[in-house]
Amino acid sequence: MSSPVVKLVAQRVALGILLLLAVSVLIFAGTQILPGDVAQAILGQSATPESLANLREQLGLNQPAYIRYFHWLGGVLTGDLGTAMSSGQDIATSIKERLWNTLFLAFWAAIVAIPLAITLGLIAVRYRNGWVDKMISGVALASTSFPEFFIGYLLVFYFAVEHQWFPAISTVYDGMSLGERLQAIALPAAALTLVVLAHMMRMTRAAILNVMQSAYVETAELKGLSAFAVIRKHAFPNAIAPIINVVMLNLAYLVVGVVVVEVIFVYPGMGQYLVDHVTKRDVPVVQAVGLIFAAVYIALNIIADIAAIVANPRLRHPK
Amino acid sequence: MADSKANAGRLLDIRNLRIEATVYPPGEAPKTITLVHDVSLTLEKGKVLGLIGESGAGKSTIGLSSMGYGRGGVRITGGEVILNGRDILKGGKEGLRKLRGREVCYVAQSAAAAFNPAHRLMDQVVEATLLHGTATRAEAEKRAVALFKKLSLPNPETIGERFPHQVSGGQLQRVMTAMALCSEPDLIVFDEPTTALDVTTQIDVLAAIKDAIRDTHVAALYITHDLAVVAQVADEIMVLRHGRLVEWGGTRQIIKEPRQEYTNALVSVHEIEHNEQQPGTTPMLSVKNVTAAYGGGLVKVLKNVSVDIYPGQTLAVVGESGSGKSTLARAITGLLPPEQGSVFFDGRTLGNRLADRPKEDLRQLQMIYQMADVAMNPRQTVGTIIGRPLEFYFGIRGRERDKRVAELLDQIEMGKGFIDRYPAELSGGQKQRVCIARSLAAKPKLIICDEVTSALDPLVAHGILKLLLNLQQIEKVAYLFITHDLATVKSIADSIAVMYRGEVVRYGSKSKVLAPPFDAYTDLLLSSVPEMEIGWLEKAIAGRRMESAGN
Repeated sequence: MSSPVVKLVAQRVALGILLLLAVSVLIFAGTQILPGDVAQAILGQSATPESLANLREQLGLNQPAYIRYFHWLGGVLTGDLGTAMSSGQDIATSIKERLWNTLFLAFWAAIVAIPLAITLGLIAVRYRNGWVDKMISGVALASTSFPEFFIGYLLVFYFAVEHQWFPAISTVYDGMSLGERLQAIALPAAALTLVVLAHMMRMTRAAILNVMQSAYVETAELKGLSAFAVIRKHAFPNAIAPIINVVMLNLAYLVVGVVVVEVIFVYPGMGQYLVDHVTKRDVPVVQAVGLIFAAVYIALNIIADIAAIVANPRLRHPK
Repeated sequence: MADSKANAGRLLDIRNLRIEATVYPPGEAPKTITLVHDVSLTLEKGKVLGLIGESGAGKSTIGLSSMGYGRGGVRITGGEVILNGRDILKGGKEGLRKLRGREVCYVAQSAAAAFNPAHRLMDQVVEATLLHGTATRAEAEKRAVALFKKLSLPNPETIGERFPHQVSGGQLQRVMTAMALCSEPDLIVFDEPTTALDVTTQIDVLAAIKDAIRDTHVAALYITHDLAVVAQVADEIMVLRHGRLVEWGGTRQIIKEPRQEYTNALVSVHEIEHNEQQPGTTPMLSVKNVTAAYGGGLVKVLKNVSVDIYPGQTLAVVGESGSGKSTLARAITGLLPPEQGSVFFDGRTLGNRLADRPKEDLRQLQMIYQMADVAMNPRQTVGTIIGRPLEFYFGIRGRERDKRVAELLDQIEMGKGFIDRYPAELSGGQKQRVCIARSLAAKPKLIICDEVTSALDPLVAHGILKLLLNLQQIEKVAYLFITHDLATVKSIADSIAVMYRGEVVRYGSKSKVLAPPFDAYTDLLLSSVPEMEIGWLEKAIAGRRMESAGN
């Protein structure tokens, strides 16, 4: 790989790490601004000032904020996310399995949604402004416009209650085979797919239409290529950068934005875990989950940037 | 059929071609306009027909109709296009796809835009050949390399591995010609293939195209607005205007004995009488030893440049693209602060940076650009555009402003009726006139004209040059005239600076610069300007060969 690409990629990665550090400061500061602290939350309203002071001493809360921040950051970097106040359990251990579940769901939703969205986008361009295009756009837009809980319940109603093809509650546990797991997550994955589909499809359509005006598309048409071959071979490769960007944003949404869908289907993922602990005001858990979500977001955006750099022949093959 | 036997040598026969398009004017109902009115033409195998005319004449539209292709919403609504004995308009989409890239190939004006930036050149060159199954990949690549050699491209064996952005504009244009020839078509449509190139590059590409046409016996439609260029390659020339045929004849007849007035105007264009003024005693603007660079001093684009401009006179700056002409303008206007040297104006030093200059200095130096349509706000009327400098520099408002705008419109030979029009409603020449009026409104002492006629048709450009000369007489304004076109220089300049790679290689009064003995670069530049004379190309190329042999 040539030097400008390596340099640009290194820059993006360095920026990403810096950004993540800044986010960690924000998350920590944000939870500090909230009234009350962990000691007060543990002991409740009836706590005496003496017992509060004792507990603060015990938890190291009377140290200045920046020392606690570095303490927390040091723990995060060594894989220690602290313990949940409400249950006293190690956060890292409980998150590990849930993160895996969330990623599993997001992965299968993405496997279906991305190729489907891009193919529909290509077809929409091929029959642009005709009824096929309008139908694809209309249906995709409608599916995005419905709130995800509504789509979720619709799916449950038809496929779980009426026909009983898939379970209404997506419980997964250790020892399930891949097939069983896939059947369990079919409905939430379908709901997520419907939510992210339109955005990617429309961006694919718009990005390709943008390059359809180019002289090289005309060149391809004048070589006698079929309409679909022109789009796939000559327009799509030049529209890839904006498409990747939207795909990555939606992937991030699949990981981070699944809260509602996970709650509807009672799926043991990160979203459900976060919602549970927000209601319990369990600050260490909220901090840890927030940091992980931020990391996912930043990582996917870096990947989008890098993919766009690598997709650009001018950067890959300098003069 | 008896008919087809009689026309055995005939490749293309277009009969009563009518082409229409639907336009959507803002605020009005869509209407259908006719772009080509019942034009007929025939082309024998192996012959070259030049299609010539100003923009909007329908040249490209007719050229593309030989492939059954309509750009944008353009439709072929009448007539027949008979290629190799059959009407291709009756063959349907499949039929058209089979002939495109096989029987007829296309060479676009800007190869830089017509090559897909995402694919290697070789893949694009052999694509049509492979698609139509006329050769295997190995054969097609061998053929392509042979064509690269024939078109004298550097490194013919490996140039196909490159991406379009790694190859220069002139080379790309030759690769595009190779791409068209690779499928061994019967007909190639060349659509202004050298218009976007520098004059010194144009001559090489033109010679390469001419040789390739001769050696492969392919027929060609050669579309251009430059009669001198088409005279070098065409057997016959067809002059078009507003989608109608003006005149059709042999090349010699068209350029030597034009029968129509319009053709005559095209042939005799560019001959403006301009008496050179002698430089005065004190220059109005002096550029002294200016060095400028982009990228924080990394890319030096101007090296120690010094020129003078005298009041009411024109300095022409000539050179090919990348020679630093426009950068000189940017340095003078303060858009690109020079690294060394300075610019003196009216006996004082101008601030290096734009921000350091008082409003009065900004007013005295105005600019006109090549692309008039992007230099104007599309949502403002002509009145607002011209009135803006009046308000900004002089605080003239209301009725007085409108009066002044009307006067300015009068000066640029456009009526008062244009005051409420938007730029989109104007022709290219009218847009450039409005830009001239806008710069005049500031009552400047110097106007920098950056390639102001390059995007215009010859006749329109001619009108603009005449207007600029008239205005100079009346307003006593000086021009810094940046151009790559030596014919323009001859008709407008008082003194000339020839630039090459950021340096002024020749500088002086017009008569001195254009008189021998020449330095090598000026000689190359002068000898590259196409002349309206059959056989000029061969002479010019031969002259060059002798010179390089002598060296």
